Amino acid sequence: MIRVALQMLVGDRLKYLGLIVGIAFASLLISQQASILVGLAHQTGSFVRDTSHADLWVMDSEVRFSQDSLALSDNTLLRVRGIDGVQWAVPLYQGFLKAKLPDGTRMTAIVIGLDDATLIGGPPEMVQGKLGDLRQDKAVIVDYNALESKFMMKRGGGRPIQVGDNLSINDQDARLVGTYRASQSFFWEPVIYTTYTRALQYAPRERKLMTYVMVKLKPDADVAKVAASIEAATGLKARTNEEFIALTRDYILKETGILINFGLAVGLGFIVGTLIAGQMLYNFTLDNLRHYGALKAMGAGNGTLVIMNLIQALTVGALGYGIGLGLGSLLGQLVGSAGLAFRMPWQIPVLCGVAILIICLIASALSISRVLKLEPAIVFKGG
Amino acid sequence: MSPATTLTPPANAVSGETASNGIAIDCKGVTKHYGSGSSRVTALRGIDLDVRFGELMMLVGPSGCGKTTLISVIAGILDRDEGQCKVFGVDFNTMSAGQKTSFRGANVGFVFQAFNLLPTLTAEENAAIPLMILGESRGSAIKRARDMLARVGLGDRGRSLPSQLSGGQQQRVAIARALVHNPRLIVCDEPTSALDHETGHKVMELMREIAVGPDRTLVIVTHDARIFEFADRIAKLDDGRVQSITSGKGVASGGAK
Repeated sequence: MIRVALQMLVGDRLKYLGLIVGIAFASLLISQQASILVGLAHQTGSFVRDTSHADLWVMDSEVRFSQDSLALSDNTLLRVRGIDGVQWAVPLYQGFLKAKLPDGTRMTAIVIGLDDATLIGGPPEMVQGKLGDLRQDKAVIVDYNALESKFMMKRGGGRPIQVGDNLSINDQDARLVGTYRASQSFFWEPVIYTTYTRALQYAPRERKLMTYVMVKLKPDADVAKVAASIEAATGLKARTNEEFIALTRDYILKETGILINFGLAVGLGFIVGTLIAGQMLYNFTLDNLRHYGALKAMGAGNGTLVIMNLIQALTVGALGYGIGLGLGSLLGQLVGSAGLAFRMPWQIPVLCGVAILIICLIASALSISRVLKLEPAIVFKGG
Repeated sequence: MSPATTLTPPANAVSGETASNGIAIDCKGVTKHYGSGSSRVTALRGIDLDVRFGELMMLVGPSGCGKTTLISVIAGILDRDEGQCKVFGVDFNTMSAGQKTSFRGANVGFVFQAFNLLPTLTAEENAAIPLMILGESRGSAIKRARDMLARVGLGDRGRSLPSQLSGGQQQRVAIARALVHNPRLIVCDEPTSALDHETGHKVMELMREIAVGPDRTLVIVTHDARIFEFADRIAKLDDGRVQSITSGKGVASGGAK
């Protein structure tokens, strides 16, 4: 009877396609919106992830996310270096500074100053030049992928900046000596790397300028113990990479409303899918009510009819799920290559599959209840 | 013919009692109401009727007289409110819903006015449905359905969809479907009303030829006077009561074999 159920389903082409399209739409919406949400969440941690040389980040206890630059006093570095279990500790500057391109195009950029001696905390991959080139006079490097967008000269240059160009940061000279490639960041501002000392020269004069202390532990050191020791000695907060990524992600998702917005979109996909699939499956059942009645009269039990209905719902569910997920992935490839956030870990297809399964079960429940209540006597004309 | 599958009757059934006296269906004082309160309608008012093995019984009467309700009660797809109705010694009202469904599947064949063929299934697949419901494998069911279609003269149309068949051919597929599992009772609801006179006549000739047998009982609801000649007996209903039972030409022509 399973084959009979499938033949009934496939035979009504219009409703069959409508059901698949409805569920595919729900699957697309759920998987795509969830993937964008995960992609955005992932991007919020890209800076910390790309700067994973350290085991611990020492920061002001009120820091809320990775770009929340709350300065530390200079002697923090020395105090951290003196704590048992610390192999090395280097300073990192991060601040929002005004930058000007050669043609006068102005922008606010995130300037990151790396420890002069080690250049620890630098980007993961250089495209043009070497990281060591930062030791040259007035040297800075910028994101290669942002050349055509964020570093495009708009005031007559008509081209992106290139290695050798002079620019200014807070009205002080800088020279582009290389480009790097980093993970796509959630933050829109262009990022400029330089050395720690030069970054302090660019930054406005303040009593405290150091943003983070990056700490590497000795091989046998216990992360939690060292972190506790640092916090006790400095009154600051010491976070692992994972903790810092989670702090940033949670803050941005909650404070920007992204979670709610994308959550609503995912929920909407679920509701729309349920409504479309439910209504169409119910209509399909109503259209076939006489046939179900005939089957019931001929001895098909409720169990058989329930299985037939479930098979029909699950078939369109599986097809719609596959098509929707495929389209979602394709769309993800397209927007991903355009630099937009899209990330589909294996959990998303699984969760989307569960959601589609629930949609199918809800949709078929309506139809099943109708079939179960059906009196087989309807097959006879009243008289 | 002997039944292919029969359901074990419930403990309180008197299986064999009716068979010994040649009665297949025994209804006494059958009453059925629809609705309740002021909207309550009485469709059957104490029907007394018996149908014998090997007999083709027609239920006739004007619209609303209760003939469809009666055939529904006899076929076990509608519960009566009062009275007694035993089919092959079994009382449906003593059965659970599941038992009734199983009993129908094994013992009752249906022919509907609107054929009720599944439009997306071929003729042989439609005819095989009762066997598949009984759990027979698809291959075996299709083979038996093909044989039955050959008996109703549609041996070469097994792979046609209902939409590719004429009304008469569709009704023949429905007859094949009603007979394929060798049921003991065949109930037909206006089997010729959707057909022209000539086709209806041929369908009834076919029914008499292959559906009537010593172990089988046919009950046909109709208001088509042109087919009365095929009945062994005709029960005329009016206002929920049996007004008269007369012999049809089926007896004279040797219909009740």
